[in-house]
Amino acid sequence: MPDLLLELFSEEIPARMQRRAAEDLKKLVTDALVERGFLYEGAKAFATPRRLALHIAGLPVKGQDVREERKGPRVGSPDAAIQGFLKGAGLASIEQAKIESDPKKGEFYVAIIEKPGRSTPDVLAEILPGIIKTFPWPKSMRWGAASREPGSLRWVRPLHSIVCTFGPETEDPEVVRFDVDGIGSGDVTKGHRFLAPDEIRVKRFDDYAPALERAKVVIDTDRRKDMILHDAKDLAFAQGLELVEDEALLEEVAGLVEWPVVLMGSFDEAFLDIPPEVIRTTIRANQKCFVLRDPNTGKLANKFLLTSNLIASDGGKTIVGGNERVVRARLSDANFFWKTDQQVKLEDRLEKLKAIVFHEKLGTQYERVERIAALSKVLAIGVGADPALAERGARLAKADLVTEMVGEFPELQGLMGRYYAMLQGEHTSVAAAIEEHYKPLGPSDRVPTDPVSVVVALADKIDTLVGFWAIDEKPTGSKDPYALRRAALGVIRLVLENSIRIELSALIRMATENAAKQIRSRPNALVLLGQDPDPTNADPHEIDEFLDVDMRVVIADQRSLRLEQGELRADLNPKDYTTLHVGPKSRADLLSFFADRLKVYLRDQGARHDLIDAVFALEGQDDLLMIVRRVEALGRFLDTEDGKNLLAGYRRAANILRIEEKKDGRAYNEQPDLQIVNDQGQIEEKALAVVLDGAKREAAAAVEAEDFEGAMRALSRLRQPVDAFFDKVTVNAEDPALRANRLRLLNSIREATRTVADFSRIEG
Amino acid sequence: MTSEPAHMNPARSFQGLILTLQRYWAEQGCVILQPYDMEVGAGTFHPATTLRALGPKSWRAAYVQPSRRPKDGRYGENPNRLQHYYQFQVILKPNPPNLQELYLGSLKAIGIDTSLHDIRFVEDDWESPTLGAWGLGWECWCDGMEVSQFTYFQQVAGFECSPVAGELTYGLERLAMYLQGVESIYDLNFNGLEGVEKVTYGDVFLQAEQEYSRHNFEHADTEMLFRHFRDAEAACRKYLEAGEPKPGTNDQRHLMALPAYDQCIKASHMFNLLDARGVISVTERQSYILRVRELAKACGAAWLKTEGGGVAA
Repeated sequence: MPDLLLELFSEEIPARMQRRAAEDLKKLVTDALVERGFLYEGAKAFATPRRLALHIAGLPVKGQDVREERKGPRVGSPDAAIQGFLKGAGLASIEQAKIESDPKKGEFYVAIIEKPGRSTPDVLAEILPGIIKTFPWPKSMRWGAASREPGSLRWVRPLHSIVCTFGPETEDPEVVRFDVDGIGSGDVTKGHRFLAPDEIRVKRFDDYAPALERAKVVIDTDRRKDMILHDAKDLAFAQGLELVEDEALLEEVAGLVEWPVVLMGSFDEAFLDIPPEVIRTTIRANQKCFVLRDPNTGKLANKFLLTSNLIASDGGKTIVGGNERVVRARLSDANFFWKTDQQVKLEDRLEKLKAIVFHEKLGTQYERVERIAALSKVLAIGVGADPALAERGARLAKADLVTEMVGEFPELQGLMGRYYAMLQGEHTSVAAAIEEHYKPLGPSDRVPTDPVSVVVALADKIDTLVGFWAIDEKPTGSKDPYALRRAALGVIRLVLENSIRIELSALIRMATENAAKQIRSRPNALVLLGQDPDPTNADPHEIDEFLDVDMRVVIADQRSLRLEQGELRADLNPKDYTTLHVGPKSRADLLSFFADRLKVYLRDQGARHDLIDAVFALEGQDDLLMIVRRVEALGRFLDTEDGKNLLAGYRRAANILRIEEKKDGRAYNEQPDLQIVNDQGQIEEKALAVVLDGAKREAAAAVEAEDFEGAMRALSRLRQPVDAFFDKVTVNAEDPALRANRLRLLNSIREATRTVADFSRIEG
Repeated sequence: MTSEPAHMNPARSFQGLILTLQRYWAEQGCVILQPYDMEVGAGTFHPATTLRALGPKSWRAAYVQPSRRPKDGRYGENPNRLQHYYQFQVILKPNPPNLQELYLGSLKAIGIDTSLHDIRFVEDDWESPTLGAWGLGWECWCDGMEVSQFTYFQQVAGFECSPVAGELTYGLERLAMYLQGVESIYDLNFNGLEGVEKVTYGDVFLQAEQEYSRHNFEHADTEMLFRHFRDAEAACRKYLEAGEPKPGTNDQRHLMALPAYDQCIKASHMFNLLDARGVISVTERQSYILRVRELAKACGAAWLKTEGGGVAA
């Protein structure tokens, strides 16, 4: 079966877009074909800096013929009806129609309409221009004389030519002719920009790929990656070194060359005094080169590997020389930053944080550091860290943001702070906290374990969350520009993986209070309580009052403020003030955000979502560690025979109650009357009443002592009496008082289970 | 080329490099302009680029533009940074289909042999918040070093470019350092001569770098600069208004787009100086940039109502 070859030849496509673009091209073309009934055997797309290519194998020569029968009027119908039928069916005369008969309708005309399948090249010529014109590049542009006209073709960079051929292996394929904004398709492409710039005529994929290979173009990104990796390892090995592998860099570099040639350069050994991460980042970010290490010591070597796009006539000597010059200049810069940064102590940099705005409504990094430090000091006690170290760690945590090095390489934030802290003789925990307080950065990132790091990491994240909740910038749908979900997950992992006991609601309140106090103390801020419209009421309130309602803040350099009789006054216009949602509603909302994130986290860990719901349905669940322990204990309990039967018993009780309470229009939530049980009850209900009371108290005490296994054990004692009760006792007794009391007994079963979880949420 | 004296060789002489580029682009049909006679931050600010990039008329120009970045001053102590440097700017509107080949031809003209050197086009999208302009293109690398910026202008002064212009910017000092094989800007051979006749870049500019760094960071009169910023802003608006076509007349051309744009350039430079002096806070910074952009947009709108902007006389 015939193959399609499509190549879109352009100026250099950004490396980061190539792979996605190839996949998009494949999907768009194959989808359009399948939609029109054209099936294929296989498809593969390719990308290089200068081209996207697509090969679809095993396409039919043409689409399927379609045969359609159309019923017409009865034989002998008026001429107008006959003529209408002929026109609609595309027949010249009525003789071309068949006559069929039907016992009900009698004889009538039938037209057979045969539509031959369209030739595949025709269909391709129809669909491809549309796909090219609306191609989903992340960023696209117009160019050249054509851009005088509105609506001219957009592509990622100027598109120069299109190859599109279709045909079977045995014959010469035909060019699928179409035109996109003046660019006509053909069968001519070009090789490597410098090594084989001449035009190449191609027939089909089978000769296209080798022809390009001869013209020093490897169309398959993964093959280019393999070539680079292989050569890089070989070159490293020959020098007794080891490549520091870097998949993201490899992918990028493979997108910058059509013909990779790996070369080795070196730099002055004296530069190895610079921290290895800095060397690697400098060489990687600016030069897109790999670094090497000594396999024996694990230390960086003074060598790097560059991937050029050229088989140079001097064997690459000039290229290596040029790259070495640039690497030398970059490392000199880095060395300069490294040395100058050490001349200013981290604590002396804090003033400069005043100039860095964290968020327009949330103030500067300096203010943020103040809050994180205050929070860390308190948190330290709960976490078991030294409060003084925690506070110190928090104070210095952001200081490296104003170092030269981090200014140049923002991705080194934290790490540089740690280096500079060690150099100025800080406690190792303080230094570690500076680096680790950003962690964990994602679900797979390492969680710090040093208590000082844990405290500062928690404080940093809680402050972020509280701040963005206060200004109502919460994540919505897929939008989470401030990575707040990641921050919440970070808190959850920090707490659970370090087994830390924290009452989240108290922590949130404390962080909110810090922020509110700080904003109120700004010299240019006017604070109004709740919805109070009168600016003369500004400020005298206690912070507690703000936390009971929301607060509104007017910042004095806003236009709405004026000085009147020596006092600041505001003409309040909702546009001019910022409402800070610090009240109970917003805080509860943040707490439930944590609950949602915890559910997602536990589900990812394989916990049953219904068990999580069953625990969350209880009031006042804000100790993450206890929630998780309870969910785990509940899961284990429900795996036992006792657990399963108790759940069955609970359900039976709840069902009966639901039906009877509905029937009676009332709830039976009073305590059962033990006198009635004693006087009139059967032996099984007496037994149940006795055990219920004990089990419930025991379970509650165990929960209180955070012994969830014990609580479950206490509940498991209910199993037998509950089973016996349902076996022998008829709930709906004739005597209304007896019946009501039995319903109350059932309610007691429901209540007893609630000491550990809301069993109604449990599924299965 | 071979007949040229050795001291004109672009690999040995800074001015030889400039002259070679000028000759090359003149051969491609560019008008060779002289630097704009005002302080600007980059060659793009020259009205021959900013304004000429707008409107339907074809345009090809090349010129050297002394560029001032007050914040980049290092008192002459950093071998790679200057507060005053030269850009070589080329603008071709609409961009010809072979602009990349023309660019590579210019590298060849200055002695960069593409069979020896690794030339790469690495993604770099350009944006100028103060000019309300953006484009897509590349940094052009030669053996791992960025030697030029290559941009297809998509928008300037907030207006879509129709047609699109291609802009090339060569960082002359850096390019010359590479060609001459020197490690410090100040060691560049300016005139290509040797011995007592040799003039270096340091001979010409080191003192200026030292003096202007003092000026930019320590002594520039901020009160005056703030005042000049406001004055330039007001003057720009005033000239724009005065140049507006009179209602009821047939001639609907704007009459003073260029003088107004000069004031926009001036405001931009005042802002750069104030920024270097560290007297503009982070929040104010954004609003100053916005104010300059508003001027640039208004000037662009006025330009589009002039003959240069495509309106028939």
